[in-house]
Amino acid sequence: MKITVNGEKITLEKAVTVEELLVVTHAETPEYVTVQINDEFVDRSDFTDKLVNDGDTVEYLYFMGGGSL
Amino acid sequence: MNLTNEQMQRYSRHIILKEVGGKGQKKLLSSKVLIIGTGGLGAPAAMFLAAAGIGNIGLVDFDTVELSNLQRQIIHFTDDVDKPKVQSGRETINKMNPDVNVTTYEEIITAANIKDIIKDKDYDFIIDGTDNFPAKFLINDACVMLQKPFSHAGIIRFKGQTMTYLPGKGPCYRCVFQTPPPADAVPTCKQAGVLGVMGGIIGTIQATEAIKYVLGIGSLLNSYLLTYDALNMEFRKIKIPHNHKCGVCGDHPTITELIDYDQPQCEFKR
Repeated sequence: MKITVNGEKITLEKAVTVEELLVVTHAETPEYVTVQINDEFVDRSDFTDKLVNDGDTVEYLYFMGGGSL
Repeated sequence: MNLTNEQMQRYSRHIILKEVGGKGQKKLLSSKVLIIGTGGLGAPAAMFLAAAGIGNIGLVDFDTVELSNLQRQIIHFTDDVDKPKVQSGRETINKMNPDVNVTTYEEIITAANIKDIIKDKDYDFIIDGTDNFPAKFLINDACVMLQKPFSHAGIIRFKGQTMTYLPGKGPCYRCVFQTPPPADAVPTCKQAGVLGVMGGIIGTIQATEAIKYVLGIGSLLNSYLLTYDALNMEFRKIKIPHNHKCGVCGDHPTITELIDYDQPQCEFKR
């Protein structure tokens, strides 16, 4: 199946959960990333169950500090 | 208020724009923008807002200028090392544009003072130029509670992000990031480094949002997170929804008082 992660198209052999997707795509700080699928937030408590489907658009939203000091 | 001949000259490139004009320039001159943090993001934001003729600029920072700041915090100069940043910032702005009234707040923002600082001049727009998550959540929550628009931003290494909160028009920062990460879970600029220009790019986008808000032109980054990757020279504008479960602006808010998260300030003591 084909999905889009952070704007890049990737192909996966089978459906995966959000948690599995974070691993195979090497997400940075996966414990703190916010995940959005097709413009909707996914609750962290659903990461282990929620399946990513063919054609889904996934975004990882990362914490970014920095600025002052 | 009429523009003086000197102002007509100073702002002529604004005034010639049909979206600004003399009327828009007068709006800018009577507007009030609060910049929290006069560092990597706040310094360039403050300079462009001052140059644009934002008539009232508030600067909040508790820190003093250090040599290691000067690689990116362009409002401060070598002679300013050891000066309070708000003083150094005010001096630069005064030299650049005498039309701007600068108010300084040499203090750390906390749950106890942030609302008073925002209400001090009833600022129209707030720029978050802070470097730590307790401050970012505090600014978000205070702005949501006071129904004030603000621009969030963060920078690290070669990356940056920014979004704009407009009351009732899209998500707040907490809609996206529910709660601050534990201290040291996410790298800071001091630990990870930051390319000096990152604050210039992202801070200038924050200034652009403030100017557009005051003028009432264009579309803002409410409902979007703009991310920038300098190494690949790539901008992405990611649509983000309002989160109905958001603790501060959701359907059933659980956060009704400001919170001082117990987390060391990034680079606070060294």
